[in-house]
Amino acid sequence: MATEEAWYEIVAGVLKQQKVDLVTYVPDNVLRPLIDLVHADPFFTAFAVAREEEGLGINAGAWLGGRRGILLMQTSGFATLPNALASLSVPFQIPSLLMVSERGTMGEFNIGQQLVARTMRPVLDTLLIENHTLSRVEDVAFIMDRSITQAFATQAPCCFILSPLLTGGKVFAK
Amino acid sequence: MALQVNQPVSREQAKVMNRFDITKRMVALLRNEEAVVGGIGYTNFDLWTVGHRPQNFYMLGSMGLAVPIGMGVALAQPRRKVIALEGDGSILMQLGSLATVAARGQKNLAIVIMDNGAYQITGGQKTLTEEGADIVAIARGCGLHQSVWAADESAFEELIALSLKEDGPWLIGCRIDSEKPKDTTERDPPIIKDRFMRGLGVK
Repeated sequence: MATEEAWYEIVAGVLKQQKVDLVTYVPDNVLRPLIDLVHADPFFTAFAVAREEEGLGINAGAWLGGRRGILLMQTSGFATLPNALASLSVPFQIPSLLMVSERGTMGEFNIGQQLVARTMRPVLDTLLIENHTLSRVEDVAFIMDRSITQAFATQAPCCFILSPLLTGGKVFAK
Repeated sequence: MALQVNQPVSREQAKVMNRFDITKRMVALLRNEEAVVGGIGYTNFDLWTVGHRPQNFYMLGSMGLAVPIGMGVALAQPRRKVIALEGDGSILMQLGSLATVAARGQKNLAIVIMDNGAYQITGGQKTLTEEGADIVAIARGCGLHQSVWAADESAFEELIALSLKEDGPWLIGCRIDSEKPKDTTERDPPIIKDRFMRGLGVK
């Protein structure tokens, strides 16, 4: 039973196994342990970008040059991406890997987050982008490993949505 | 060496050059399979029209992402020089990327900005550079210290040659005219991507 690992340790492990060594992100509180982990591990090149689109572009360029990357963000950040997904990742068949920490559900306290969150899955589904919601720690390795393999094999983007069921989410800070 | 860099000119002092002509001059200086990422608009069309190279990537949307894409290529292939070719309207959409490039100190990246102060492809409406925004000054403010306006064609060639030889990141501002492009980039994304990856030796 090796399920003592936290979700973010499993994520980092799968990324390593899949040789995804470039991590761009716009910070998020829920993602913090994962961000800290990839910064601490010399295997990864990890840095923050000013805007999510920028990270998508950097990772796309890196892949064209033979390197694998993933972009981390929160739900509201995903909402800045549809144009770049629709005009870069999808038509050019670029396997953009996205990881979104899900806000807007299961105890959201910010109405803006609640509303913008509802745009995420319809956008992914409209663009036919493979997406998986990670809810249980025991599923993380399987879903991610298989889906990353598929993304590179089929040259298609893939989005992993981290449910509050997995991460605990962000709770109301009084 | 670096004469131009030590004698910077302002945007107002820089000569208005012909976009196709300087694109041709730039491509003529590429001898080591340097990658060129063309942002959208007429800069992209001219890059195509000058003559396709396997190391050229042509965006077809995603306005503003030439610099990030160029930076990604540069990160993946640190020994290859990469040029991100972008218009003024486009870079105004993604100014944060200049700070990212500076923060990373991406040595093998040069950014060339074609600035005619207009959204030419949509009818020539003024961009903010025509209202006083100076991309070179903004770039310097972002930490890109090797940012200069090209005074004229020979200064432009000198700067391109310098950026291909010396560590960057570089930003070269070019004031350009509004000549119509002679041709249009072939719009076939998977083929553009496939040729580029082969041109970079990835496939």
